[in-house]
Amino acid sequence: MSHTPTRRQHGAAREVLSAAEIDRALTRIAHEIVETTKGGDELVLLGIPRRGVHLAARLATRLAAITGREASEFLGSLDVTMYRDDLRHVAARTPAPTRLPAGGIDARTVVLVDDVLFSGRTIRAALDALNDLGRPAAVRLAVLVDRGHRELPIRADHVGKNLPTSTSESVRVEVAELDGSDRVLITDAPRPENGGAAA
Amino acid sequence: MRHLLDTVHLSREDAIRILDVAETMSDVSGREVKKLPALRGRTVVNLFFEDSTRTRISFEAAAKRLSADVINFAAKGSSVSKGESLKDTAQTLQAIGADAVVIRHPASGAAQRLAHTDWIDAAVVNAGDGTHAHPTQALLDALTLRRELASRAGVEPTGRGLDGAHVVIVGDVLHSRVARSDVWLMHTLGATVTLVSPPTLLPVGIEAWPCEVEYDLDRALAAGPDAVMMLRVQAERMRGAFFPSVAEYTRRWGLGDARLEALPEHAIVMHPGPMNRGLEISAAAADSTRSRVLDQVSAGVAVRMAVLYIVLSGAQQPEGA
Repeated sequence: MSHTPTRRQHGAAREVLSAAEIDRALTRIAHEIVETTKGGDELVLLGIPRRGVHLAARLATRLAAITGREASEFLGSLDVTMYRDDLRHVAARTPAPTRLPAGGIDARTVVLVDDVLFSGRTIRAALDALNDLGRPAAVRLAVLVDRGHRELPIRADHVGKNLPTSTSESVRVEVAELDGSDRVLITDAPRPENGGAAA
Repeated sequence: MRHLLDTVHLSREDAIRILDVAETMSDVSGREVKKLPALRGRTVVNLFFEDSTRTRISFEAAAKRLSADVINFAAKGSSVSKGESLKDTAQTLQAIGADAVVIRHPASGAAQRLAHTDWIDAAVVNAGDGTHAHPTQALLDALTLRRELASRAGVEPTGRGLDGAHVVIVGDVLHSRVARSDVWLMHTLGATVTLVSPPTLLPVGIEAWPCEVEYDLDRALAAGPDAVMMLRVQAERMRGAFFPSVAEYTRRWGLGDARLEALPEHAIVMHPGPMNRGLEISAAAADSTRSRVLDQVSAGVAVRMAVLYIVLSGAQQPEGA
C-alpha cells in the first residue's frame, strides 16, 4: 500500500481510485464503523467473497489498532453464492467458504463488506444468508465503491467513494492480494463474468 | 457439466471443482440451519432399480439440504414390476417435470442411455450402473483422502489434487463399479493406484487401466500406501466359484488384525460399504482409529450436494424453453 499512485490508461480503462486513495477511504470507514458501533465491542465484520474478504481483512487491521481487539475475534467471511437469484441464468458459480468468528453473529452488529455496490442483489443474498446463520442485533453495509443503479431498496452505511457511472460501463476493483495492485478502474467493456464488478 | 455419468470422462479441472464445492457444502452440515436455497423449486427424482441404503439416503439428504423437492422411486412396488420399460418410466418422469434424475440400475450403461436419448431432458447423475461406474462414490473417496493428505501436510485441501498419493484397492475388482470409478478418478487427480485381487476377480482388459496390479496383499502393503480401500465381496453378483473358500479369501486378501498392525503410521482404511465384517475386513480394522468409513459417509452428502448444484445451476437451457 506504499505503492505510488499512478494514473494509468489501459485501453478504455480509467483509474478512478489509486492505492493511496483506497487506503485513506478504508481508514475513514474504519473510524466511522467504530463511531457508529460505539466502540466496536459487539462488532462482527464479514467480507463477501472474493474481493470483499480482502477489504474486510484490511478494515479489521485498522479496527484492531483502534479498538485493541484481536482481528480474529470479529473478522469473518460470508459466501452468498447459494442465495443468489440468478443461479439458473448464469454459468454455475463456485461457492467460497463462509467463516464466522468464534462468537457467532447472534446479538452482534454485523458489518458486511463488499467492493462495489451496484444492483443491490448481492446484498439481498447476503441478508438471506445471514438469516440462516443467526440473528444479529443490526446489519450494516460498508462498500469501497457505490456506483448507483440500484434494483432493490438497499443502501450502504459506509461508502469509500460514490461513483456516478453509466450502465454500459464496468467498475473493476483490484486488490493487491488477487490482482497485484490496489486500484479502482472504470472500463467501457461489459461486466466480466464473476469479476470484481459483480454487484 | 450437464450430467455426471462416469469418472473416465471427468477432467482434472472439473473433478477438483466438484471437490472444492463439496468442501464448502460440508460446512453447512455443521450449522444449526442445514439448508441452502440454491435448488428451491427444482425436482430431483431418485430412480433406484437396485437396493441401496447409503447412496439413496445420501442423495436424498443432499437434495433436501439444497431445498430441492425429492421424489423417491424404488423399482420394487412400482409399475416396473408390472413390466414397465426404462423408456416409459423416464417419459413419465419427464411429464412430471423432473429437473434431475439420480439413477441406480443393475445394467451397465443405463445412465448413459437415459442421458443420451430424447426420453427426458433432465440432468442425469449416475448412482451406480451394473459393474460400470459409481462416480459420486469415487468423488467422496477422493474428498476423504484429499482431506487426510491436506491435514497431514497442514494445508487447506481446496484447489488440490491427490498428487503423489499411493492408494491400494483390494478385493473384488471384477464386480466393482466403485473400483473402476476410483481408479480413473484417482489417476486423473495424480495418485498412484495399485489393485490387489485374486486373478479370478480381475476383469478382462485390466492392462489398459491406469493402475498397477498385484496379487499379493502383503507385498502391496509393504510399499507403504497412504490409503487402503477394501472392496466388498459381492456375493449377489457371483454366479460361479471365484475363490476356493471364504476362509482362504480372508486369509489372503482380507484386512485382518495382523495386516492392520503392519500398516504404516499414516495409512488410512476406507470401505465403500456395506461391509462384510470378518470377510474382507475384520471388525478391529473397521472400528480402528485408522478407519474413515463414517467420514466417507458424511463426505458423501457434501459431494452429492456439490454434484446436484453443479448439474442443476447455470444457464444450460435457453430460458422459457
